[in-house]
Amino acid sequence: MAVTTEAPVISRSPGGKGVWAWMTTVDHKRIGLLYGITAVTFFFLGGLEALLIRLQLAGPDLELLSPAAYNQLFTMHGLTMVFLVIMPVAAAFTNYFLPILIGARDVAFPRLNAMSYWLFLFSGLMIYSSFIFGGAPDGAWVGYAPLSSQLPEVVRMDFWSVGLLLLGVASIAASANFIATVFVMRAPGMTMLRMPVFVWMVLVVAFLLIFSLPSVTIGLFQLFLDRNLGTLFYAAQAGGDPLLWQHLFWVFGHPEVYVLMLPAMGIVSEVLPTFSRKPLFGYPFIVFSGVAIGFIGFGVWSHHMFTSGMGPIAEAGFGVATMIIAVPTGVKIFNWVATTWGGRIRLQTPMLFALAFIGMFVIGGLSGVTHSIIPADTQQHDTYYVVAHFHYVLFGGAMFGYVAGIYYWFPKWTGRMLHEGLGKLHFWLMLIGFNLTFGPQHILGLNGMPRRIYTYGEGMGWSFWNLMSTVGAFVIFVSFVVFLWNIIRTHWMAKGIPGGDDPWDGRTLEWSISSPPPVHNFDEVPIVHGLDEFWHRKYGEDKDGRAVRIASDRDRAVPDGFEDDETGVEDIHMPSPSYYPILASFGLVVGGYGLLYLPWGWLGVGAGMTLTLWGLFGWSLEPITREAH
Amino acid sequence: MSAPAAAVPSAEHHDADHHDVHQLRKTAMWVFLGSECIFFGAMISTFLLYRTSTNGAPGAEIFNIAFTSASSFVLLMSSLTMVMAHHSFERRDLRQTRVWLAATALLGSTFLAGQIFEFTEFVDEGLTAQVSPFGSSFYMLTSFHGGHVAIGVMLLAAMFILALNGRLYADRGLNVELVGLYWHFVDIVWIVIFTVVYLLQV
Repeated sequence: MAVTTEAPVISRSPGGKGVWAWMTTVDHKRIGLLYGITAVTFFFLGGLEALLIRLQLAGPDLELLSPAAYNQLFTMHGLTMVFLVIMPVAAAFTNYFLPILIGARDVAFPRLNAMSYWLFLFSGLMIYSSFIFGGAPDGAWVGYAPLSSQLPEVVRMDFWSVGLLLLGVASIAASANFIATVFVMRAPGMTMLRMPVFVWMVLVVAFLLIFSLPSVTIGLFQLFLDRNLGTLFYAAQAGGDPLLWQHLFWVFGHPEVYVLMLPAMGIVSEVLPTFSRKPLFGYPFIVFSGVAIGFIGFGVWSHHMFTSGMGPIAEAGFGVATMIIAVPTGVKIFNWVATTWGGRIRLQTPMLFALAFIGMFVIGGLSGVTHSIIPADTQQHDTYYVVAHFHYVLFGGAMFGYVAGIYYWFPKWTGRMLHEGLGKLHFWLMLIGFNLTFGPQHILGLNGMPRRIYTYGEGMGWSFWNLMSTVGAFVIFVSFVVFLWNIIRTHWMAKGIPGGDDPWDGRTLEWSISSPPPVHNFDEVPIVHGLDEFWHRKYGEDKDGRAVRIASDRDRAVPDGFEDDETGVEDIHMPSPSYYPILASFGLVVGGYGLLYLPWGWLGVGAGMTLTLWGLFGWSLEPITREAH
Repeated sequence: MSAPAAAVPSAEHHDADHHDVHQLRKTAMWVFLGSECIFFGAMISTFLLYRTSTNGAPGAEIFNIAFTSASSFVLLMSSLTMVMAHHSFERRDLRQTRVWLAATALLGSTFLAGQIFEFTEFVDEGLTAQVSPFGSSFYMLTSFHGGHVAIGVMLLAAMFILALNGRLYADRGLNVELVGLYWHFVDIVWIVIFTVVYLLQV
């Protein structure tokens, strides 16, 4: 790439076409789309694994899958859905909308942002390549030591530990990036308490990741050393303590649950006011309860370990903390319900998903509180009751929220609306299929069916509900086929109705710019006067407090005194594309493969480090894009 | 790590812009150091758990407190020289800056040499990372810290070379203030490690 000392102007930079332009992009919107498309692809892979699991369990004593294959499939299903679907879907929304919602033109470090994406993609592909190289990880996504430190000559659990280490690097880099963006790059007037709730929630998530990922990273590192270099961290015969792994894992693993949930809560907090035509009820309560969840979320991890024998004092403490964390969650739910109260509700697809989110999440939250009752939890531990609980939270909660977000923001991404009828069909199939799949698992769990068993006997009394659960899983699958068809016909077949800039009569800044937005987002950086800035540009109040339209959108999109004549668009300089981020990430993954095949792998580690250093070196010597003087 | 000038708010905010980029980098560096606290915290917790799990191999009694105190003193002095380097750079005195950067890198390298010497002594006495959980957690914690010092020395050397050609700027990603933040953090962590690992005997 030609190195110029003069910054390229906007027409030369990030809007290029073709594969190379996407590989070198540093535009937060394109990176957001890449995250989204990758996550949806992994979602279908993870869903396929779930269908195979459900087929195997559809009836007693089936032999569709061997026990070994079953272990690999449920491990990969969990890994995929947590790390390669929900986290990156949240990252997709965050990348695309966080800068726009705070009135910025990009994230703080665009090239670091690109590196995070490529590292996520390569690590995901690396974990999946284990299917080719002798079998996938099979020790569950929690990888409990010392089970996971057995059989060091079989490489599959190393794919899991090295893959997660690399994904952790990507997440920490992305989180630092988002925090710096929110703290420093807000538009004039965009105070912290004028930020949309979605921005607040992803800010809390970034802090959760920053402070929780290191814990599991160290654990994974120790496990890797145990398996490959002969250390004794988890060797019980030498005095190693398997409980250490559980603590290091869950100090990360529990905040991780909120990492998956909070962005969905943020999306729902944007959708509900828009489709109720009312401001969000109790904005500061929703914000601060989100922050409280972030803090308390670090004090409840041991409720995953009530059966490991920590002693009554620790167990009582973590039980109480678990009950307490339900309080800020309840505050949010009441505020969402109050937001719809007395509103002029439009039951369009995003709103349906957001309302279902509330209902399903309440069920999952309540079954979660039952785990804080330690005697009950001792019965429920490692049964299908737990599986039902976390699927109600992560699928019924998080996924419904993210799907609401996709329907809500699709017109902003593509300029076209998803088909409303197909959307409603998707909604009802998904709602029915979801409850048919996971509702019966409560019953199965309470009847004693353990998690992670590959089959069960005829006389256990579990056959009927397992069959129902499998039927439900296929209904969910059909619902997502409808969804995929909806996206294809709307976007690639261009049959969707053009939505315009503001199809839902929205409240926040993303609706004030064109669909899809220009590379630089805002021709003129908006001056923010309050919460729901864009709404207040469109509507005033009459003396009874009813909303009255002030003027047409276009007249008010540029506030008084900031018309286009001051600065032309051609003066805006966006960061130039760069291939160094993808090179640096590629080097890290080459090094990761090297670690799997020590001692010869040290050559790969060396080659990978060379590539990464080359990337970082070139990166830091590239000219900084700035205005020509 | 460097980053391009991010959002340029508009022409009239131009002067504030460079300040913003520096502010962004400092924020990200503080966030990163916050994350590092948990990295070291997890390893220190592991060490505390395993401080008596010696599995028949040598334990904390083989530490040479006098020697490690001396090398700790060397490392802490490097924080002083780092402050002097930053101070000289603020006064735009590149010659002085070079001297203090070199001094800091030298002190850091001395500490690393001491650590390598110490490790060889311990291995001779039979303490390796493969003999006991105590050994595993001791070597992981101290070499993770040593790796941080080594990266710091490389950053200092890179800035020294840039300063030779007069190309050390405050508005670049690699600048004295950010590396200084990192360097002081690595020193402070060593105070904790030295106290917990070497000084606190059960």
